[in-house]
Amino acid sequence: MTDEKTKLSSGKTYHDDLSIVRSEVDKCMKCGNCMAVCPVYGVEKEEASVTRAKIKVVDAVLNGQLELDDPEVYNMIFNCLVCKSCMTNCPSKVDFGKIALAMRAALVRKKGLFWLKKMIFSTLKNPAVLNTGIKTAAAMQSIVFKADKDIKAISPRSPFALVGSGFGFDSNRKMPELNSKTLKDITPEVVKPDEVKVKVAFFVGDSLNYFYPDAGLDVIEVLKENNVEVHIPKAQNCCGIPVLVHGDIETARTLARRNIDTFEKTGCDYIITACGSCGGAWQHEYVDLLKEDPLYGPKAKYWSERTFDISTFLTKVIDFKKPKGEIRSIVTYHDSCHLKKSMKVFAEPREILKSIPGLEFREMSAPDNCCGSGGSFVISHYDTSQAIGKKKALDINSTGADTVATGCPACMMQLLDNINRFGKKQRVKHYITLLADSYRKERKSG
Amino acid sequence: MIDKSIINQLKGIVGEENVLTQKVDLVTYSYDATADVPTELPDVVVMPLDTEAVQKVVKLAREHKIAIYPRGAGTNLSGGTIPLKKGIVLSLQRMNNIVEIDAANLTATVQPGVVIATLNSAVAPYGLIYPPDPGTVATATMGGSVSECSGGLRGLKYGVTKHYIMGMEVVLASGERVRFGGKTVKNVTAYDFASLFVGSEGTLGIITEITCKLIPAPKYRRTMMGIFNTLEDAGNSVAGIIASQVIPATLEIMDNKTIRTIEDFSKIGLPVDAKALLLIEVDGMTDEVVEKEAEAVIAVLKKNNCQYKIANSDTERDQLWAARRNALPALASLNNTCIVEDATVPRSRITDMLVAVENIAKKYNVTIGTFGHAGDGNLHPTILYNKYDKEETERVHKAVDEIFESALKFHGTLSGEHGIGIAKMKYLKDEIGESGIKLMQSIKQAIDPENLFNPGKLVPFKEA
Repeated sequence: MTDEKTKLSSGKTYHDDLSIVRSEVDKCMKCGNCMAVCPVYGVEKEEASVTRAKIKVVDAVLNGQLELDDPEVYNMIFNCLVCKSCMTNCPSKVDFGKIALAMRAALVRKKGLFWLKKMIFSTLKNPAVLNTGIKTAAAMQSIVFKADKDIKAISPRSPFALVGSGFGFDSNRKMPELNSKTLKDITPEVVKPDEVKVKVAFFVGDSLNYFYPDAGLDVIEVLKENNVEVHIPKAQNCCGIPVLVHGDIETARTLARRNIDTFEKTGCDYIITACGSCGGAWQHEYVDLLKEDPLYGPKAKYWSERTFDISTFLTKVIDFKKPKGEIRSIVTYHDSCHLKKSMKVFAEPREILKSIPGLEFREMSAPDNCCGSGGSFVISHYDTSQAIGKKKALDINSTGADTVATGCPACMMQLLDNINRFGKKQRVKHYITLLADSYRKERKSG
Repeated sequence: MIDKSIINQLKGIVGEENVLTQKVDLVTYSYDATADVPTELPDVVVMPLDTEAVQKVVKLAREHKIAIYPRGAGTNLSGGTIPLKKGIVLSLQRMNNIVEIDAANLTATVQPGVVIATLNSAVAPYGLIYPPDPGTVATATMGGSVSECSGGLRGLKYGVTKHYIMGMEVVLASGERVRFGGKTVKNVTAYDFASLFVGSEGTLGIITEITCKLIPAPKYRRTMMGIFNTLEDAGNSVAGIIASQVIPATLEIMDNKTIRTIEDFSKIGLPVDAKALLLIEVDGMTDEVVEKEAEAVIAVLKKNNCQYKIANSDTERDQLWAARRNALPALASLNNTCIVEDATVPRSRITDMLVAVENIAKKYNVTIGTFGHAGDGNLHPTILYNKYDKEETERVHKAVDEIFESALKFHGTLSGEHGIGIAKMKYLKDEIGESGIKLMQSIKQAIDPENLFNPGKLVPFKEA
C-alpha cells in the first residue's frame, strides 16, 4: 500500500483520486449482507441495485474491465440513496459512502458537471416527472450544478429548493409551502436567555431555512428554554452535501471552509444541527474533504467533535429541562438514515419524545428503513423512491399513530408526500417541535 | 452464440424489463460470495416471473444449446452460480411469492425467490418456524438454499434443509414441468425425487416451487458460554453433553486464533489465552425441561475445567452471541481475501481436526482461524491472505488441499453445507471415488443429457 501513502502525501483524498479507495473495494467479501437492508434493491430485486454489485463495478473500472464514463456505470452509481444502510449491516465494515463519493467525483473529473447534469435528466423515466421536470430542470441547473466560485450564489439553493418551488411532479405531490421569509431572515443573529449556561451556534441548513423555518424556531426556543445562548450566523452556507454527492468536490470544499470560518467567529463551544445530513457533514464529510488541507484539516477535526444533533446535545451534553405540558398524541418515530447511520443518533430523540407527558410513543416496524428521499434521488428515480416511501407509509399506518416524528427535514418532505398518497393523514413533525409544544403548553398553563 | 434474435425472443417471453444485456449488469452477475474462484460474464440475465416463462426459456436455450445458470441471491460459498461457460443467468429473485402457509398441515409452499427470513417472518404469527438457518438467512433465497442444501447453526438438533423439503415443482431440460411430493408426512410414491433435487446445485433442473415442513417455535431457551484452556477439555465437553442425552440447538466452537482476533476487533472481554470457546444454547417447549438440560450442560462443563457464563437476560444472551457473530467479520478484517471452508468430520473427531488445522497453518505459514458447528462436526477453517501475493496464495492452496485430506482421513466429508460447485470439484474423487463420479455422471446425463444446467459445477465432465 505504499502507493496509497504516496498519493495521500501528495495532498489528495479519495475525492481526488479513485485509486485511493482500492483497499476499501478489496474489503468487500461479496457476502451479500447488504441485500438484506438496501432499500433500492428491496424494490428492484436486481443485483446491480445493491452495494456489493456497485463495489464490483468500481473494481471493474479500476481494473479497466469497464469504462468510467460508460453511461451504464453512471446509471448504476447514481441508483443509490447514499442512505448508508448497507454500511451498518456490513460485516467487513466497508465504507461504501467513500467508494460512492470517490466514484461520483471521478466521473465529474472526467466528464464535467454539465455531462452529469445531462445524464441525470436523461434518466427521468416517468413522463409525469419529465413534464413538470422541464421547469425543474431550469431550476436544478443552477442549484446542484452551479460550479462558479461565487458561493453566495449557491448558498440559498439546494436540490430541495427545486422540489418545493411550487410545481410538483404530479397533481398529488404534496410539498411544504415555500416560505417567503427564511429562518435566517426572521431570527436575530444571537438569541440570549436571561441566564446563560452555555453558548452554541445553530447550523440551520437549507431545508430548515427554506421549508421548515418553524421547526428551526422550535430548536432555538427549546435551547433558550434550557438557558442556552444560540448564535445563528447569517453568513452560514449550505452544508455542501447536495453538491458533494454529485461529485462537485471543489464547491463542497469551499462551502466547508466558509462554514468553518463563519462558525469559528461565533466563539461558541458547540455546533447544533437539526438535520442528519448537515450534522453528518460536520461530523464526517468535512474531515474527509479537508484531510490534506494543513490549515482547515485540523479545524474540521476540531468541529467534528463538537457538533451534535439537538437531541444529543439536550440529553448527553446538558441535562435538558423535563417537559411538563401535556401533549395528547400517539407518536411514532422515523429514523432518518443520516441521523442514525451517519451520526449514530437514534436513542436520544426517542428519549425526548418519551419524556413528554400525555404523549404515547409507538415504535413502527423497521423504523430505520429509509423513506426513499435521498436528496435528488427522489427526482431522478421517482418510481423507486415512491415504492420505498410507500412501504414506510404503510408501516406508519400500522402503528395507529396520529403523528410521525423524525429528525431530518428531507425525510419530513418525503413522509409528507407519501402519507398524502398512502397514509391516513398523520401529521409529520420534527421531534423538537413536540418538545417545544410541550414547553409552550406548560408556560401557557403556568 | 447468443445473437440478437435470441435476446428478442427472451424479451418476448419475460418482458423487456426482465432481460439484462448491458455489460455493467453482466459484470454484476459474474460473481457470487465465493473467494478465489474464476469469474465469467454471462451473455444475458433473464428474470422470469412464472413457471411458464421458465419453461419457455429452457426450451429456447435447449434449441440453441445455450447454458442456463439458475441463481437466487448469489450468496453461496462454492462458486455455484458463476456462469463459467457463458450463456443465460436465470435469476429467480422476482418469483418471490409465498404461495401458501398451511398451519394445519405444518407446511409452507413458496416460489424459489422467497428469502428464508421472509418465510420465517410470515410463519411467525402461527407460532411456527422453518429451522434451517445458514449465515445468510436474511438474504439467501429458498430456491438457492434448497439447491445448495444449506445447513446452519441449528443443524445438530433441527437438521438441515434436506430434512424440511417435502415437495417441489421442477422444470426439466426438456422444458416439461414435473411435480412430486407434497403435504403428506408419508409419501413413498415414485423415487424420492426431493432427495435428488435438494443439494443438486442447479445441475438437474430449475426449481420453480417448494413445499417445506414447518415446526412449532421453541418457547424457552438458555444460553451459555464455556472457556477452555485446552482443546481436549472443549472436545470432551462436546462429547459429554451428547452423552448426557442433551441435544443443544446450538453448540458452536472457536479456536484460539479466532478468539484473539475477535477480541482485537471488538474488545468484548474474551480471554485471549483461552484455547477454545463453546457457545451452547438449549431450547424447548417448557421451561422445566430447558432448565434441566441447561443444568446437565453445566455439570459437564464443570467436569471439564471450564470457566462458564450463563445468560440471564436477552441482553446477556446478546453479549454471549457477540463473539460468534463477530467471528467471520473479525477474521475477514485481517487481510484482503477470505476463504471459508466447511470440511466436516464426525463429532468425535472435532479435536483431532482442530489440531490438524492448527498444524497445517504452521506448516504453510498461513493465517487460519477456525470456528464452526462443533455439535455436528462442521468446522469453518477460515483462511486470510493477500491475493496480490502470488507466493502466499500458492501456500494457501496447499494448505487447503491438506485440510481436505485431513477431513477425509478422519472419515469426514469435503463439504458440510457449502456444496462442491467449482471450488471443491477437484477433490470430489478423493471422497466418492471413480465409481461415485460415474454414478453422478450417469444421473446427470439421464436428466440433463445436453449439460444445459449449470455446467462446470458439481459433476466433473471431460470437455467434449
